[in-house]
Amino acid sequence: MKVLVCIKRVPAPGGKLSLTEDGTDIDTRHLGFTIGPHEECAVEEAVRLVAEHGGQVTVLSAGPPEVEEQLRYAMSMGANAGVLVEQSAQDPEATARALAEAIGTLESEDGPFDLVLLGNESADAGNYQVGVRVACSLGRPVVGGVKGVEVGAEGTDVFLRRESAEGIEVYQAPLPAITAVKEGLNLPRYPSIQGRLRAKKGPVRTLRPEVPQGGLRTVRLRQPPEKSKETVVLGYGADAADSVVDLLVEKGMV
Amino acid sequence: MNTLPDSADVVVIGAGIAGNSVAHHLAQAGWHNIVLLDKGPLPDPGGSTGHASNFIFPVDHSKEITAITVDSMHQYEKLGMLTTSGGIEVARTEERVEELKRRMASAKAWGIHSELISPERVAELVPFVDTSIVKLGFWTPSAAVVDPLQSGALMREQAQGLGALTVSANTEVSGIDTSGGRISKVRTDRGDIDTDTVVVACGVWSPRIARMAGARIPLVPVVHQLIDVGPIPELAETHSEIGYPIVRDMDPLMYERQSGADLEVGSYAHRAILHEPDDIPSYEAAQLSPTQLPFTQEDFDPQMEDALELFPGILNTPGAGIRHSINGLLSLTPDGGPVLGETPEVKGLWSAASVWIKEGPGVGKVLADWMTHGSTEVDMHGADIARFYPNQRTTTHVRARADEGFNKIYGIVHPNEQWESNRGQRLSPFHPREVELGARFFEVGGWERPHWYESNRALLEEYADRVDDRPHEWDARWWSPIINAEHLALRERVGVIDLTAFAQFDVSGPGALDYLQRMALAQVDKPVGKSVYTPILDHNGGFRSDLTIIRLDTDSFRIIAGGSDGPRDKKWFTDHLPADGSVVFTDVTSAVCTIGLWGPRARDVLSAVTEDDVSAEAFPFGTARYIDVDGVPTLALKISYVGDLGWELHAPFDQGLKLWDTLFEAGREHGIVPAGIGVYGTTGRLEKGYRLMGAELESEYNPVEAGLALPKVKSPDFVGKEPYLRARERGPDTTLCTLTVDECTDSNGTRRYPQAHSPILTTTGERIVDSRARSSYVTSAGSAPSLGEYLLMGYLPAPYAAEGTGLLVEYMGEQYPVTVVRAGRTPLFDPDDERMKA
Amino acid sequence: MLLVLVEDDSGAVSGASREALALAHELATKLDVPVHAATFGTGEFTTTLSAHGASVLHRIEGPFADDCSPEVRGAALGELIRSAGATGVLAAGSEWGNEIMAHAAARTGEAFASNCVEVDAGREWSLTRVRGGGMLLEEAELSGAVKFVSLVPGSVEPTEVTAPGEVATESFVPEHVDDLVHSKLVERTTSGTGASLATARVIVSGGRGVGSAEGFASLEELAGLLGGAVGCSRVATNSGWRPHSDQVGLTGTKIAADLYIACGISGATQHWVGCMGAKSILAVNTDPEAPLVSRADYAVIGDIHQILPAVVERARERKKEVQGAV
Repeated sequence: MKVLVCIKRVPAPGGKLSLTEDGTDIDTRHLGFTIGPHEECAVEEAVRLVAEHGGQVTVLSAGPPEVEEQLRYAMSMGANAGVLVEQSAQDPEATARALAEAIGTLESEDGPFDLVLLGNESADAGNYQVGVRVACSLGRPVVGGVKGVEVGAEGTDVFLRRESAEGIEVYQAPLPAITAVKEGLNLPRYPSIQGRLRAKKGPVRTLRPEVPQGGLRTVRLRQPPEKSKETVVLGYGADAADSVVDLLVEKGMV
Repeated sequence: MNTLPDSADVVVIGAGIAGNSVAHHLAQAGWHNIVLLDKGPLPDPGGSTGHASNFIFPVDHSKEITAITVDSMHQYEKLGMLTTSGGIEVARTEERVEELKRRMASAKAWGIHSELISPERVAELVPFVDTSIVKLGFWTPSAAVVDPLQSGALMREQAQGLGALTVSANTEVSGIDTSGGRISKVRTDRGDIDTDTVVVACGVWSPRIARMAGARIPLVPVVHQLIDVGPIPELAETHSEIGYPIVRDMDPLMYERQSGADLEVGSYAHRAILHEPDDIPSYEAAQLSPTQLPFTQEDFDPQMEDALELFPGILNTPGAGIRHSINGLLSLTPDGGPVLGETPEVKGLWSAASVWIKEGPGVGKVLADWMTHGSTEVDMHGADIARFYPNQRTTTHVRARADEGFNKIYGIVHPNEQWESNRGQRLSPFHPREVELGARFFEVGGWERPHWYESNRALLEEYADRVDDRPHEWDARWWSPIINAEHLALRERVGVIDLTAFAQFDVSGPGALDYLQRMALAQVDKPVGKSVYTPILDHNGGFRSDLTIIRLDTDSFRIIAGGSDGPRDKKWFTDHLPADGSVVFTDVTSAVCTIGLWGPRARDVLSAVTEDDVSAEAFPFGTARYIDVDGVPTLALKISYVGDLGWELHAPFDQGLKLWDTLFEAGREHGIVPAGIGVYGTTGRLEKGYRLMGAELESEYNPVEAGLALPKVKSPDFVGKEPYLRARERGPDTTLCTLTVDECTDSNGTRRYPQAHSPILTTTGERIVDSRARSSYVTSAGSAPSLGEYLLMGYLPAPYAAEGTGLLVEYMGEQYPVTVVRAGRTPLFDPDDERMKA
Repeated sequence: MLLVLVEDDSGAVSGASREALALAHELATKLDVPVHAATFGTGEFTTTLSAHGASVLHRIEGPFADDCSPEVRGAALGELIRSAGATGVLAAGSEWGNEIMAHAAARTGEAFASNCVEVDAGREWSLTRVRGGGMLLEEAELSGAVKFVSLVPGSVEPTEVTAPGEVATESFVPEHVDDLVHSKLVERTTSGTGASLATARVIVSGGRGVGSAEGFASLEELAGLLGGAVGCSRVATNSGWRPHSDQVGLTGTKIAADLYIACGISGATQHWVGCMGAKSILAVNTDPEAPLVSRADYAVIGDIHQILPAVVERARERKKEVQGAV
């Protein structure tokens, strides 16, 4: 089967983000970049699916030329080829249009991808819509928040499992299909040294779709206000148990 | 949440391995009220200690680094934080095979047990290595890994147990106040502390903290890349942090060590990636820690291929991935050494920076000794922060040398290897002429000094029968037979040597004589116009310096000291200036240029260009006076470090070129030649048995042992007098000797020239160690063209310190017979000094 | 007209939907347009809707009503928006709400701003939304014929109107969803007892300081006693001590409990954004300088393995005392 994974280059987690002086972007001087955690699981899942069912994994990322770093990382995890979609607009509509157009170009050459995997929402912008928009414009079924992917016995359907407030839901979708996945889907592998060296030489092609901007325009970013209140220290060690229970009673927990 | 005291005896900034160790040893040394701060949390405040690879190979070519490392290992062991794994350095190339033999000699010289082992033995110790690419191994069974964070915690606990230490994490220093050039206060975001002593143990942040007080700590944060690959079942099976020896794959400048189920692969091969101390992210903004920066994959790709070559099996284990990869920051100084000691700019501001994990505990001990007693047991000339001239503390210089030096960390560095970057910092006025003469420049203190002159190549024919070439490339590297030819020309005719790199100080005022009497071992109270050569001792009676003092007037003196230790000498002298202002100390180094004019024809040349009387009667040896040399007012000093008739001519810097041209013009008919430091520092000096600071003269040795004790002890008190008197009474535990190499042909039939630091062994190949555990090794080595010998110097205890004793010297894996030809100071060449007194 | 997508929480309007209604009312007053509500649910919502100033409830019905596939529901909502002539659509920024809104926005070709905390309506809408789960705030302008906005739960007071009016209920049957290629819900399992992270009133959560999978026993005991859920940090998940479904954080669950008890969690940003929605935080940690300790409302300094058993014991005693008194 042919699987496409759309990944996003995002700041590696861990540090407090600081902003550029004009507040329009984050200060990237000290930042390392990574694949968003949801998308890293998507890459892992794609590699596993292809290992089981045969086929090819293509990774695609829209953004500045630097996304090549993440494409190569995904390839070191086992993806076979990379597609760099050079794109400066960052709003969710433009991103979805660029992805859809790039997918259209790729599919017009080599036929459709059976499955397109995306992250449920990006770790930085968190717009919660790019996968859905791509699916709508390609006219394919899409399920979000997915934490389990299984290809049906016939190879014509995919079963997508997700958690909801009430429990677990499993959806069946005919292929070709799209799914937006979440961390927890699997435990992504660490790339092997051989994988890294292979990825260095793997093919990455570049597409430059021209797409209009969407209707959501970022004006500036700012830090959320810090809580300024003092922490009340209830005590030290086991001696604090009484104060803790007092608090639980006060909150109506006991 | 914790409260800081209002005042402290000392504030140690930085709770990495260096700061914890300094605080610990200060407490042991009896300091009270020590405050240790760090802006990060404990136990890992986010500096280099938190991500170091934590292994220790004890052998280093440097004696003091090896000594500090061995002491550190003992300390880690006492804390229960040392796991001995053994370690192997492997050679893939013939050049590295030679280097491992050289390391073997260093191991022997400094008393570390190591062995050269075959590839098969390497495979027995570390079965995963592909030995088909290994030519030789250097096996050190005592190599170990340590836990520096836990060690630091234990050190803090012990100091707290003594009631001497307050620890405050998450405390950022915002300023350091000084008053009258001395530390007065440390400002922090949790309150201010009055103190007169601060230790900067801030690793990569040290320059930033020192600058708050107005001092420079010359280091730059550089990236060291490392990755962890795992899980690897063969390693996991050991159920230990480290169950196999550490491997240093020296040729690709890498190491591989087990860390639990992972193999940690680190590299010093990638391009030098320099950072700015001010640009390191804060603890909050850092993704892993401030000194663990995002990994830059492309820099590491070639190293991965190298690692795969040596460990093809386990690094290809299915399921083993790169689980951790960082660009770790460490500190690099212009010469790669640590920066320890009090900063020359600010009294009471001490540096404990650029310290590797392997040195941390030992550095704490050394620094505590230094702060408590004013001196150290181990000679610190290679580690003292005061060793840098101001030009060597500039950002430009530090960055240039760190950039160049990074790949030398695991490199094969010839002892005389010259730097390529940021050259031409300090030029004597003679420099244009020297360039015209094809000078090959060596650098000291930023000065460009001719080591020999290509224009003298013709002399090789003239002295063809007395000048050897060196057939082995290593022996001939950074060397030329022209040096020996220049030597012979000087001895036969007359030579000119550029000595502008001397550090020169003027000392004057009503207290000048008393002050210098207190500093110098020799009697300084000489008639005006007389000079005296004197050792300068430290408080333990070991050598701090040796230099010449000229009495220019009743209350006015000139100090002339070697260029390489100039800044340390300056600090030593200014530290001891009387507080009453009775002495004015002026550094005139950059105002004065110096020519050495020596050789049997020197007087002919000088008398031709001056109307002053320079005859033997009018200008006896050891005197100094101002003369006019063709209009250049020149301080002429009748003295010689090469043992021939002549003068040091000290002239105003701006008239130097004229002096040079005048001498050469007048010298033409006498066959004058320019001669380099190769003659001055090595061949001429060794023939005369003169000692060199930093080689023979170190703080571990005293004047009695070095043969520099004087017949009479002057009555005024001087620094180191008590221990000096005791040493005189006790006699030498070891004696500085001169040896000749009897036979120097190696097993391939190639003539070899053993270099300094080679161990001196008994005829049965045993190490020679004196009663104070000091081993015998070659302190200086070089040709003696006038004697037709190759000479070595080294300290030997009785009974070896006797003329005629046969011994061995180990050099590059082979042992050569040598003979003691002098025990003590008497020169081999012209033993009665008739030539220079002629 | 502003349309609010109302979520059904056991037959009632969900709390987060009430916040969306309150905001819609405020914006509609400014724009001088009515507020309508739309729902796939079956609950009796009109009283609540009336209290929040909505005038019409559109019940989206039809043969697909039992089909929960998000594509179909999104398309149906899109059709309602067009046919009812909404100029703005608001919903709670829940996983479910965001997904349906994304579909509806994509179907109608309009822009969608998810997870907003402040919205000001005009010709363009000026809004503030959270990025990276709350690590940063983004000020943005939203344009287009129909504005789609979802609201971070808890960011608006669900104030009621002073003069409630009548709510007319209208049924809406979409016409164009039959030919849609879409997924089908084929299996649904309701999770057993025990509070879920997303809805629990109290969460006892553990991190690196717990030290092992076994170490979570005392956290489970306390959570059981308080009727709460157990959560964990990413370290605990990555160490294999807890399943990912227990993870609180940027890439796990974002919680909105009344009390969050963080045991041995230092509080990296990734974790903070998951738990900052709690009304109160109690941090238990050996390190008084840990980031979460300084951000928490309450702290106990010490080893959780000594503190938690003591708390459980004291809480049990207290319960007995209370029962004894009754």
